[in-house]
Amino acid sequence: MNSDIKSDIKLGVKIMPRDVILDTQGRAVEVSMRSNGFADLAECRVGKYIEIILNTSDVNKARSEVERMLKEGGLYNPLIEKYEIYS
Amino acid sequence: MSFKVGIIRFLGTNCDADVKKWMTLKSHRAVYLWFENQFNVNDYDMLIIPGGFSHGDYLRCGALAAHTPVMKSVKEFATKGKPILGICNGFQILCEAGLLPGVLLKNDLQKFKDEWAMLKVIQNRSPFLQGTKKDQVIKLAIAHGEGKYFAETETLNKLVDNNQIWLTYENNPNGSVLNIAGITNENKNVCGLMPHPERALFEWMGSTDGMYFL
Repeated sequence: MNSDIKSDIKLGVKIMPRDVILDTQGRAVEVSMRSNGFADLAECRVGKYIEIILNTSDVNKARSEVERMLKEGGLYNPLIEKYEIYS
Repeated sequence: MSFKVGIIRFLGTNCDADVKKWMTLKSHRAVYLWFENQFNVNDYDMLIIPGGFSHGDYLRCGALAAHTPVMKSVKEFATKGKPILGICNGFQILCEAGLLPGVLLKNDLQKFKDEWAMLKVIQNRSPFLQGTKKDQVIKLAIAHGEGKYFAETETLNKLVDNNQIWLTYENNPNGSVLNIAGITNENKNVCGLMPHPERALFEWMGSTDGMYFL
């Protein structure tokens, strides 16, 4: 096997406002949807989804790199946001 | 001629008072209309959707405003062929509402631009700029973060073929395709532009070219 060949790994990070935070954007979307007649709507929250492609074939390494981006790289703010990593 | 003008206000509209002052200077009678209410389209001769940051620019600029009750009446007003002008965020709202084609994206280099812009009048058949000559250059202020006009090639071809390109930038400040600063719908009664005519009314403002508008 040729060890020079590296395949990329794509991970997704969903970042959402923490439940205790008033999500003004989510609230604005929610009010808009409800006023447009979507009566069953209970709540909207707006976050972001970031796709990160890493130059590695090691899943664990990729995951820990993304964890570092979140915690050390400022990808999220733990005071107001929470995250989930998707593979 | 004096018109009755409806100025539409959303949460976060902030150029409404300037637009009202502008209309008063032009001897029109202007009243404010609130986004939560529909209105009788026969009560007004003309509508203006002023700039600002409607509904916090949340979701996409103009997206939430485009789906409010007042827009049902605005669409009816448009169908009747009556004049509607959208300025800056108002232009974005008209695009999101489907009354104008295309979309306004984040400026090139991600920069908010507030500066003077020289604009060429490509066609003066819209109801709003009949006081100008074709190819005349006017000076208006721009102030936007999302003003880069974009549309698919097919739409752009249509805009050109139907003379829907209204104003173009002489020095494209934001990366708009075909240097587009303002467009009209096919009927020429719905018009949108990113620059602010209401900010160019007196010499001390730096330009009086806003007075060319209806």
